[in-house]
Amino acid sequence: MTAKIELIGVKKRFGPKVVLDGIDLVIDKQSSTVIIGGSGTGKSVCIKCILGILTPDEGTILIDGQDVTRLKGARRDPLMKKFGMLFQGGALFDSLPVWENVAFGLIQGRGMERRKARDVAIQKLAKVGLTADVAYLSPSELSGGMQKRVGLARAIAADPEIIFFDEPTTGLDPIMADIINELIVSTVKDVGATTLSITHDMASARKISDRIAMLYKGKLVWQGPTSQIDNSGNEFVDQFIHGRAVGPIKMEVRG
Amino acid sequence: MNIFAGIGRATLTLLAQIGRLTQFTGRTLAAIVSRPFYGRLLGQQIMRIGYFSLPVVGLTALSTGAVLALQIYLGGNRYGAEAIVPQIVVLGITRELGPVIAGLMVAGRVSAAIAAEIGTMRVTEQIDALTTLATNPLKYLVVPRLVAAVLTMPLLTAVGDSIGVFGGYLVSTYDLGFTGSIYLKNTVDFAKTEDITSGLIKAAVFGFIVALMGCYNGFNSKGGAQGVGAATTNAVVSASILILAADFVLTAVLFHK
Repeated sequence: MTAKIELIGVKKRFGPKVVLDGIDLVIDKQSSTVIIGGSGTGKSVCIKCILGILTPDEGTILIDGQDVTRLKGARRDPLMKKFGMLFQGGALFDSLPVWENVAFGLIQGRGMERRKARDVAIQKLAKVGLTADVAYLSPSELSGGMQKRVGLARAIAADPEIIFFDEPTTGLDPIMADIINELIVSTVKDVGATTLSITHDMASARKISDRIAMLYKGKLVWQGPTSQIDNSGNEFVDQFIHGRAVGPIKMEVRG
Repeated sequence: MNIFAGIGRATLTLLAQIGRLTQFTGRTLAAIVSRPFYGRLLGQQIMRIGYFSLPVVGLTALSTGAVLALQIYLGGNRYGAEAIVPQIVVLGITRELGPVIAGLMVAGRVSAAIAAEIGTMRVTEQIDALTTLATNPLKYLVVPRLVAAVLTMPLLTAVGDSIGVFGGYLVSTYDLGFTGSIYLKNTVDFAKTEDITSGLIKAAVFGFIVALMGCYNGFNSKGGAQGVGAATTNAVVSASILILAADFVLTAVLFHK
């Protein structure tokens, strides 16, 4: 399989705090990888480095074999069109109606005509189980679960090659979380995308991933197929997936 | 030693802040001259920054013009120079009070609103979302606000100048015994084009400052509601101080003989 995303020795620090300490990760084309780890372990920073929102201090990030580590400005634009992202809090634009949120990347990023983009947005909303009348509501009128669905519709609107999911089930009840997980699996399969998710919800990780990697103190302490997570033989993974307070993982109370 | 360390830290923080602001301004100016252009957003911002600021600017200008006429009359009265009211009102309003009062009013109304809006977008990851949707946040959020403020502030000031002069006219004719036609003739005869244009140039610069401070502080807000609140306060305070500083520099440059 060809590597769609490759991280080689990626390091990132904020002042004295080392957040990523030499991450090596290979994500195959059309595979679904989940990075698990406690809060504040650098999962979001890892995704933001790949997206170019943050620049790593050291290391290399390859997308389709191309070094994109320090790609900026207009030279990065074609790359950004490969990406879709579902944010933890939805990050919907509250000044725009739902359909314009979903169609935003098509209108602004790809210059699609508004009427055509609205039709596509309504189709994508239907894919995540939302009816056309939701399209004209404001994001503030939606429940948390509906906001996640709209966020998912926005992430897949432009049929991206790579989709990132940042804590897709955080803040949702277990049933809605499972519905979102199902939607992620089915829509990603439809689009044929490669996905990278970060979560600390093990039920979600098991459901949406082919591979799991565990991040602790800026390092990937384990990675392997999802089917092997229960027999990883790694004490960090065992403690995390069973949610034990006692073990090698020490919760930092201060950054 | 601690005092020196404190001064050193404060100086370094200030220099770092100036550096970040300069970088932000440079990147924004570069974004203004590159495609795409968001005409629709520019139109929206012209309405929000310009049109909706008209009531507050108009009301302040009316009051300032009226009070100015009254004060000049009372002060001039000590030397028998009451007749000079129309000339000083038009000079004071067009050169100085019109642009500065409009600038400060718009700083309070618009800088705060911009910082709160962009700050909330920052802390709710909406700005990151723009980036992931292949949209440059500087072009989409900052450029329309900055251009709209620079375009509309001179227009707002021109309207404010007219209303301010009208305020002086009302007080002078109804309360101070001036004849309306003579007041207007003295105003028109005395005012020079450079008095008006200098005020409009100042207004454009103030518009730039107002929008820049709102956008910069919003863009760099951190944390949650408290961070957005701090960004809003910083935007208004820094815009107001910079307007007053820029006013002095511009007056010195524009009227240097």
